Amino acid sequence: MSETGTQTVRFVRDTMLPEAAPPASQSGAVKWLRENLFSGWLNTILTIIGALVLFQILRGLVPWFAHSVWNAQTLGECRQIIAETWGEGARGACLAVVRDRWAQWTFGFYPAHLYWRPVLALVLLFAALAPILFSAVPRRLMAFSALFPFVGYYLLWGGTIWTPVVALAGFVVGYAVWRALARRNALAAILLALVAALVWWLLLAGPVERALAQVAPLALQSVRSSSFGGFVLALTIGVSAISLSLPLGIMLALGRQSDMFLIKTLSVCFIEFIRGVPLITLLFTASLLLNYFLPPGTNFDIILRVIIMVTLFAAAYIAEVIRGGLAALPRGQYEAADALGLDYFQAQRLIVLPQALKISIPGIVSTFIGLFKDTTLVVFVGLLDPLKGITDAVRASTDWKGIYWEPYIFVGFIFFLFCFGMSRYSMYLERRLKRDHR
Amino acid sequence: MANAVDAPKDSFRLSMLIYDTRYRSLTIQVIVLMLFMAGAAWLVDNTVRNLAVLGKDFNFGFLGQRAGYDIAQRLIRYTNADTHARALLVGLLNTLLIAFLGCIAATILGVIVGVLRLSSNWLVARLMTVYVEMFRNVPLLLWILLVFTAFTEASPLPATFRVNAQTGEAESSMLFGLFAVTNRYTAIPDVLVERGLGSLALGPLSINLTFLAIVAVIAGSLLARRALLRHATAVQEATGLRPKTWWKSLLILILPIAVLLWALGVHLSVPAITGFNFTGGVNVSNSFMALWLALSLYTSAFIAEIVRAGILAVSRGQTEAAFALGLRPRRTMSLVILPQALRVIVPPLISQYLNLTKNSSLAIAVGYLDLRGTLGGITLNQTGRELECVLLMMLIYLAISLVISGAMNVYNARIKLKER
Repeated sequence: MSETGTQTVRFVRDTMLPEAAPPASQSGAVKWLRENLFSGWLNTILTIIGALVLFQILRGLVPWFAHSVWNAQTLGECRQIIAETWGEGARGACLAVVRDRWAQWTFGFYPAHLYWRPVLALVLLFAALAPILFSAVPRRLMAFSALFPFVGYYLLWGGTIWTPVVALAGFVVGYAVWRALARRNALAAILLALVAALVWWLLLAGPVERALAQVAPLALQSVRSSSFGGFVLALTIGVSAISLSLPLGIMLALGRQSDMFLIKTLSVCFIEFIRGVPLITLLFTASLLLNYFLPPGTNFDIILRVIIMVTLFAAAYIAEVIRGGLAALPRGQYEAADALGLDYFQAQRLIVLPQALKISIPGIVSTFIGLFKDTTLVVFVGLLDPLKGITDAVRASTDWKGIYWEPYIFVGFIFFLFCFGMSRYSMYLERRLKRDHR
Repeated sequence: MANAVDAPKDSFRLSMLIYDTRYRSLTIQVIVLMLFMAGAAWLVDNTVRNLAVLGKDFNFGFLGQRAGYDIAQRLIRYTNADTHARALLVGLLNTLLIAFLGCIAATILGVIVGVLRLSSNWLVARLMTVYVEMFRNVPLLLWILLVFTAFTEASPLPATFRVNAQTGEAESSMLFGLFAVTNRYTAIPDVLVERGLGSLALGPLSINLTFLAIVAVIAGSLLARRALLRHATAVQEATGLRPKTWWKSLLILILPIAVLLWALGVHLSVPAITGFNFTGGVNVSNSFMALWLALSLYTSAFIAEIVRAGILAVSRGQTEAAFALGLRPRRTMSLVILPQALRVIVPPLISQYLNLTKNSSLAIAVGYLDLRGTLGGITLNQTGRELECVLLMMLIYLAISLVISGAMNVYNARIKLKER
């Protein structure tokens, strides 16, 4: 290379050339298409197949939705409108069934003049959820969230107002006993508070409620569980089971991690049993067997039984998810908590669970989504879930006999909105709680 | 802990049961045990009293009684004169059949969707995302009902497959000339054996010798192939050159079974329309097809996500390191990436198999007689023994789950990372 330096330089460019535009194949839409759709023969084949599939699906669906009819009273009328507007043989969606029967899908056979009660309960539910779900909402509102179960029960089932009030009073009694004794002996305070609350609920609540109801008969028209149905039923079961199964699941997960042999064994047996059987057998247990397991003559509400079973079912799954989160925590976290002199509950509350729960969020939320989807199975114990119970009821009427696709599409769409919303929320929560800088 | 044990041994006070860490866990466990025993006793006592009130007893004698109902789809010989226990077995086999076929279809579909979702192809990746979200966020029951409706409402009558004498054409045509989807059943080809080996009767069980022979030959081929590969590895380690094995292993795998099938005279019997129905093949009920398809599609969406997560879990550095060591792409895949990805994929995959098995109890929605349909359905209603039937059904499902999860634990223990 040494001789190149000896050559005289004949030409030196003294001005820069203007930047040329990139070649047409390397910019804009063409580049994007080349990179994302036709980057090789395999990709090209995949693109063509994908486009064909998409085209086939759209070719069936687009006209069907484009020809949809929203104003009709019966399926026959709807078909007639489609035939008149789009010609003989045209196929279209009779979404009029949704317009005609949306109330049934939403409320089941809840009395029509009382629709305001489930609606109000739903609005209040969102108000109660807001402080739990979003950190921007003031923490004070949590008090309302704690009250909501009682308000919601009263609004949905009605009856005398004193039932939820007396039930709530049990908590107040327990709390009062605890506050009075907590200074002197923490353990005795907790035990006595439990005993006091139990005594209140089991012995005093009934007479007090009857007495109060006679003195001040404040009551809403009572609605029987058999008239519940549709999305009100799905949401009632879903929301109660979700909120009850999380604490139970945490307890089971901690029990499974416990050093105490008996507690660990019981937790493992419970979790493995529940996870080993299909939900449907548990629902059958609720509807057929609970009569055997309870004292003769007791008979309580079928929705309550179903909620209990669904809660137990979800709790076992949540326990396993949280166990994964607990196992993922480095051993050092537990040791650090011990080194700080925290006792078991302090360590769990302040160090272990906040981290373990954060890790388990995706699993917990997908369990919740599964639970909400599983509320449709209650149709097999005679409750009117929106998917099969109400749809069959709608189809049983002479007006809408023979309608098949539209109800499923409508109900599926609503479920999709709820479940997809939940999964998006879990992503948001993961981002918000992220503490590392990866 | 030595210090704690060596604490001053003063006299035992009752409060130490609560405040002394040496005794506290024991106290708690004793209390829990007492509460548990009390609860169990309460339940048993209630059950005994309730049974007495209803005039029932608790025994499984009904399993020996005549069932008296027919089951359309059965894998073993069964008539309505057989016992409830036999009906239970038929139902159990139906459950296992749908679970087995569902797992296979869901795995194939799930792996394809999961891999395609990671594809650099914009259109295909989007389509697969829509597929996954659509199936995951809608209840399984809806898919079962929807597919069932598609079969029963949108498929043609069997008679429409008949060739019209005037036009010389049929209204509907069969798929690939082999399958016919009708609104009552799906006709699929049957496998017939001309020269079967008969069966061997062993008390109540009868073993099909033809089936046994086929299984034995396949197992033998697999063992022979393994020996061949081991020999090749030994040669490679001794000489550094790996002998070519692909045609030998192909021969070992295909030839024996082909000869056996030829000797047995195995052939397909394609269904054909005669009169108003298909004969010559197997007519699979639409409830089975709908349940199988819906379970496979639904579970495949979950499996796709598991596969995707498994592939993403293997960091890119692993591939690059393997290439840097001079491994070829195929060996990189089989020696470096797959073993690591499988460790992430297999445990949740097996729990999806468990879910599919349990979800197969939704057969109730389409009237397919599985374990829940026979034992927990008709038998329960006929004998009125809710307690026995539901408990037995739970136990059987539990046993299936425990077997599958036991297999998973063995696998997990084998592939576990050996640390410290």
